[in-house]
Amino acid sequence: MSDATAMTTALPGPSPEVAVTKDMVRRGLIVAPLLIAICGFVWGLDGAYSSAYGIAIVLVNFALAAIIVAYTARISLGLMMGAVLFGYLVRLGLIFLAVLLVKDLSWISLPALGTTIIVTHLGLLVWEMKYVALSLAHPGLKPSARHSQELS
Amino acid sequence: MEAFSHIAAATGLTGDEAKAAAAASSAGFAYGLAAIGPGIGIGYLVGKSVEAMARQPEAAGMVRTTMFLGIAFTEALALIGFVVFILIGL
Repeated sequence: MSDATAMTTALPGPSPEVAVTKDMVRRGLIVAPLLIAICGFVWGLDGAYSSAYGIAIVLVNFALAAIIVAYTARISLGLMMGAVLFGYLVRLGLIFLAVLLVKDLSWISLPALGTTIIVTHLGLLVWEMKYVALSLAHPGLKPSARHSQELS
Repeated sequence: MEAFSHIAAATGLTGDEAKAAAAASSAGFAYGLAAIGPGIGIGYLVGKSVEAMARQPEAAGMVRTTMFLGIAFTEALALIGFVVFILIGL
Protein backbone atom coordinates (compact mmCIF):
# COMPACT_ATOMS: atom_id res chain seq x y z
CA MET A 1 0.00 0.00 0.00
CA SER A 2 1.36 3.40 -0.86
CA ASP A 3 2.30 6.04 1.69
CA ALA A 4 -0.52 8.26 0.45
CA THR A 5 -3.03 5.52 1.24
CA ALA A 6 -1.47 4.96 4.65
CA MET A 7 -1.92 8.63 5.41
CA THR A 8 -5.60 8.69 4.42
CA THR A 9 -6.76 5.33 5.81
CA ALA A 10 -9.23 5.69 8.69
CA LEU A 11 -10.13 3.09 11.32
CA PRO A 12 -13.77 3.66 12.24
CA GLY A 13 -14.18 0.50 14.37
CA PRO A 14 -13.94 0.04 18.15
CA SER A 15 -11.07 1.61 20.08
CA PRO A 16 -8.97 -1.01 21.87
CA GLU A 17 -6.82 1.64 23.57
CA VAL A 18 -9.91 3.01 25.31
CA ALA A 19 -10.69 -0.48 26.65
CA VAL A 20 -7.08 -0.87 27.78
CA THR A 21 -7.14 2.51 29.50
CA LYS A 22 -10.46 1.85 31.23
CA ASP A 23 -8.94 -1.35 32.53
CA MET A 24 -5.82 0.46 33.74
CA VAL A 25 -7.82 3.24 35.40
CA ARG A 26 -9.97 0.65 37.16
CA ARG A 27 -6.87 -1.15 38.42
CA GLY A 28 -5.25 2.15 39.32
CA LEU A 29 -8.22 3.06 41.49
CA ILE A 30 -8.05 -0.37 43.13
CA VAL A 31 -4.37 -0.02 44.10
CA ALA A 32 -4.54 3.71 44.88
CA PRO A 33 -5.41 3.27 48.59
CA LEU A 34 -2.45 0.93 49.02
CA LEU A 35 -0.02 3.33 47.33
CA ILE A 36 -1.37 6.28 49.28
CA ALA A 37 -1.05 4.33 52.52
CA ILE A 38 2.56 3.35 51.75
CA CYS A 39 3.51 6.93 50.84
CA GLY A 40 1.67 8.18 53.92
CA PHE A 41 3.63 5.73 56.06
CA VAL A 42 6.98 6.79 54.55
CA TRP A 43 6.47 10.54 54.02
CA GLY A 44 3.58 11.35 56.34
CA LEU A 45 0.33 13.09 55.47
CA ASP A 46 2.04 15.24 52.82
CA GLY A 47 3.25 12.06 51.16
CA ALA A 48 -0.28 10.65 51.12
CA TYR A 49 -1.70 13.79 49.48
CA SER A 50 1.18 13.90 46.98
CA SER A 51 0.71 10.24 46.18
CA ALA A 52 -2.99 10.77 45.45
CA TYR A 53 -2.08 13.69 43.20
CA GLY A 54 0.56 11.60 41.41
CA ILE A 55 -1.92 8.77 40.79
CA ALA A 56 -4.40 11.28 39.38
CA ILE A 57 -1.71 12.67 37.05
CA VAL A 58 -0.83 9.21 35.73
CA LEU A 59 -4.46 8.14 35.19
CA VAL A 60 -5.38 11.39 33.43
CA ASN A 61 -2.26 11.04 31.29
CA PHE A 62 -3.31 7.53 30.20
CA ALA A 63 -6.84 8.71 29.52
CA LEU A 64 -5.66 11.65 27.42
CA ALA A 65 -3.35 9.42 25.39
CA ALA A 66 -6.17 6.96 24.70
CA ILE A 67 -8.64 9.69 23.76
CA ILE A 68 -6.16 11.24 21.33
CA VAL A 69 -5.50 7.90 19.58
CA ALA A 70 -9.16 6.84 19.53
CA TYR A 71 -10.43 10.17 18.22
CA THR A 72 -7.82 10.71 15.52
CA ALA A 73 -7.79 7.08 14.28
CA ARG A 74 -11.40 7.58 13.17
CA ILE A 75 -10.25 10.44 10.95
CA SER A 76 -6.99 9.16 9.45
CA LEU A 77 -3.84 7.27 10.35
CA GLY A 78 -1.70 10.22 9.30
CA LEU A 79 -3.54 12.48 11.70
CA MET A 80 -3.21 9.86 14.41
CA MET A 81 0.56 9.75 13.93
CA GLY A 82 0.87 13.51 14.18
CA ALA A 83 -1.51 13.69 17.12
CA VAL A 84 0.39 11.00 19.03
CA LEU A 85 3.71 12.82 18.54
CA PHE A 86 2.38 16.26 19.43
CA GLY A 87 0.22 14.69 22.10
CA TYR A 88 3.38 13.33 23.68
CA LEU A 89 4.81 16.84 23.89
CA VAL A 90 1.54 18.33 25.09
CA ARG A 91 1.05 15.67 27.75
CA LEU A 92 4.61 16.11 29.03
CA GLY A 93 3.92 19.84 29.17
CA LEU A 94 0.69 19.28 31.06
CA ILE A 95 2.42 17.01 33.58
CA PHE A 96 5.11 19.65 34.02
CA LEU A 97 2.45 22.31 34.52
CA ALA A 98 0.51 20.14 36.97
CA VAL A 99 3.63 19.69 39.10
CA LEU A 100 4.79 23.30 38.69
CA LEU A 101 1.46 24.60 39.98
CA VAL A 102 1.64 22.65 43.23
CA LYS A 103 5.38 22.43 43.92
CA ASP A 104 5.40 25.22 46.49
CA LEU A 105 2.22 24.23 48.30
CA SER A 106 2.57 23.10 51.89
CA TRP A 107 1.08 19.62 51.38
CA ILE A 108 3.30 18.55 48.50
CA SER A 109 6.18 16.10 48.92
CA LEU A 110 8.18 15.91 45.71
CA PRO A 111 9.90 12.56 46.47
CA ALA A 112 6.51 10.97 47.16
CA LEU A 113 5.03 12.52 44.03
CA GLY A 114 7.92 11.40 41.81
CA THR A 115 8.03 7.89 43.21
CA THR A 116 4.27 7.51 42.82
CA ILE A 117 4.32 8.70 39.21
CA ILE A 118 7.00 6.18 38.20
CA VAL A 119 5.65 3.25 40.22
CA THR A 120 2.02 3.78 39.16
CA HIS A 121 2.85 4.29 35.49
CA LEU A 122 5.13 1.27 35.17
CA GLY A 123 3.14 -0.89 37.55
CA LEU A 124 -0.15 -0.40 35.72
CA LEU A 125 1.51 -0.99 32.37
CA VAL A 126 3.14 -4.24 33.45
CA TRP A 127 -0.13 -5.36 35.04
CA GLU A 128 -2.03 -4.56 31.85
CA MET A 129 0.61 -6.23 29.67
CA LYS A 130 -0.03 -9.47 31.49
CA TYR A 131 -3.68 -9.44 30.43
CA VAL A 132 -3.02 -8.19 26.91
CA ALA A 133 -0.43 -10.91 26.41
CA LEU A 134 -2.95 -13.45 27.72
CA SER A 135 -5.49 -12.43 25.15
CA LEU A 136 -4.50 -10.24 22.23
CA ALA A 137 -7.76 -11.20 20.55
CA HIS A 138 -9.66 -9.27 23.25
CA PRO A 139 -7.27 -6.39 23.94
CA GLY A 140 -7.08 -5.30 27.52
CA LEU A 141 -9.88 -7.56 28.66
CA LYS A 142 -9.21 -11.11 29.67
CA PRO A 143 -12.15 -13.07 28.22
CA SER A 144 -14.27 -14.99 30.66
CA ALA A 145 -14.48 -18.77 30.33
CA ARG A 146 -18.10 -18.43 29.17
CA HIS A 147 -17.15 -15.91 26.48
CA SER A 148 -14.32 -18.16 25.28
CA GLN A 149 -16.73 -21.08 24.98
CA GLU A 150 -19.11 -18.97 22.92
CA LEU A 151 -16.34 -18.08 20.52
CA SER A 152 -15.12 -21.68 20.08
CA MET B 1 33.20 22.98 44.88
CA GLU B 2 36.00 25.16 43.50
CA ALA B 3 34.01 25.64 40.32
CA PHE B 4 31.06 26.95 42.33
CA SER B 5 33.25 29.50 44.07
CA HIS B 6 34.55 30.65 40.66
CA ILE B 7 30.98 30.97 39.36
CA ALA B 8 29.94 32.73 42.53
CA ALA B 9 32.83 35.20 42.24
CA ALA B 10 32.08 35.87 38.58
CA THR B 11 28.32 36.31 38.98
CA GLY B 12 28.11 37.90 42.39
CA LEU B 13 26.05 35.00 43.76
CA THR B 14 26.81 33.20 46.98
CA GLY B 15 28.23 29.69 46.78
CA ASP B 16 24.88 28.10 47.65
CA GLU B 17 23.04 30.22 45.10
CA ALA B 18 25.54 29.28 42.41
CA LYS B 19 25.17 25.63 43.34
CA ALA B 20 21.37 25.88 43.18
CA ALA B 21 21.54 27.61 39.80
CA ALA B 22 23.88 24.94 38.46
CA ALA B 23 21.59 22.19 39.76
CA ALA B 24 18.55 23.81 38.16
CA SER B 25 20.17 24.20 34.76
CA SER B 26 21.62 20.66 34.89
CA ALA B 27 18.19 19.29 35.77
CA GLY B 28 16.69 21.18 32.84
CA PHE B 29 19.28 19.69 30.48
CA ALA B 30 18.68 16.23 31.93
CA TYR B 31 14.92 16.50 31.38
CA GLY B 32 15.40 17.78 27.83
CA LEU B 33 17.80 14.98 26.99
CA ALA B 34 15.53 12.42 28.63
CA ALA B 35 12.62 13.56 26.45
CA ILE B 36 14.53 13.29 23.15
CA GLY B 37 14.99 9.50 23.22
CA PRO B 38 11.34 8.66 23.92
CA GLY B 39 10.29 11.20 21.27
CA ILE B 40 12.37 9.40 18.65
CA GLY B 41 11.13 6.05 19.95
CA ILE B 42 7.46 7.03 19.82
CA GLY B 43 7.88 8.46 16.33
CA TYR B 44 9.46 5.24 15.09
CA LEU B 45 6.89 3.06 16.89
CA VAL B 46 3.86 4.95 15.60
CA GLY B 47 5.31 5.20 12.09
CA LYS B 48 5.76 1.45 11.89
CA SER B 49 2.33 0.85 13.42
CA VAL B 50 0.66 3.11 10.86
CA GLU B 51 2.48 1.23 8.12
CA ALA B 52 1.28 -2.10 9.55
CA MET B 53 -2.33 -0.90 9.91
CA ALA B 54 -2.40 0.48 6.38
CA ARG B 55 -1.02 -2.78 4.99
CA GLN B 56 -3.30 -5.02 7.04
CA PRO B 57 -6.37 -3.14 8.36
CA GLU B 58 -7.93 -6.36 9.73
CA ALA B 59 -5.06 -6.55 12.27
CA ALA B 60 -5.49 -2.91 13.28
CA GLY B 61 -7.01 -3.72 16.68
CA MET B 62 -4.05 -5.81 17.74
CA VAL B 63 -1.56 -3.32 16.33
CA ARG B 64 -3.28 -0.41 18.08
CA THR B 65 -3.25 -2.21 21.40
CA THR B 66 0.44 -3.02 21.26
CA MET B 67 1.18 0.44 19.86
CA PHE B 68 -0.62 2.12 22.74
CA LEU B 69 1.18 0.04 25.34
CA GLY B 70 4.47 0.66 23.52
CA ILE B 71 3.85 4.41 23.61
CA ALA B 72 3.13 4.25 27.33
CA PHE B 73 6.23 2.17 28.05
CA THR B 74 8.41 4.51 25.98
CA GLU B 75 6.91 7.49 27.73
CA ALA B 76 7.94 6.00 31.06
CA LEU B 77 11.54 6.91 30.17
CA ALA B 78 10.57 10.55 29.78
CA LEU B 79 8.65 10.39 33.06
CA ILE B 80 11.72 9.02 34.83
CA GLY B 81 13.71 11.97 33.44
CA PHE B 82 10.95 14.29 34.63
CA VAL B 83 11.01 12.85 38.13
CA VAL B 84 14.79 13.30 38.26
CA PHE B 85 14.20 16.87 37.11
CA ILE B 86 11.67 17.63 39.85
CA LEU B 87 13.80 16.02 42.53
CA ILE B 88 17.01 17.83 41.57
CA GLY B 89 16.08 21.13 40.11
CA LEU B 90 12.47 22.17 40.55
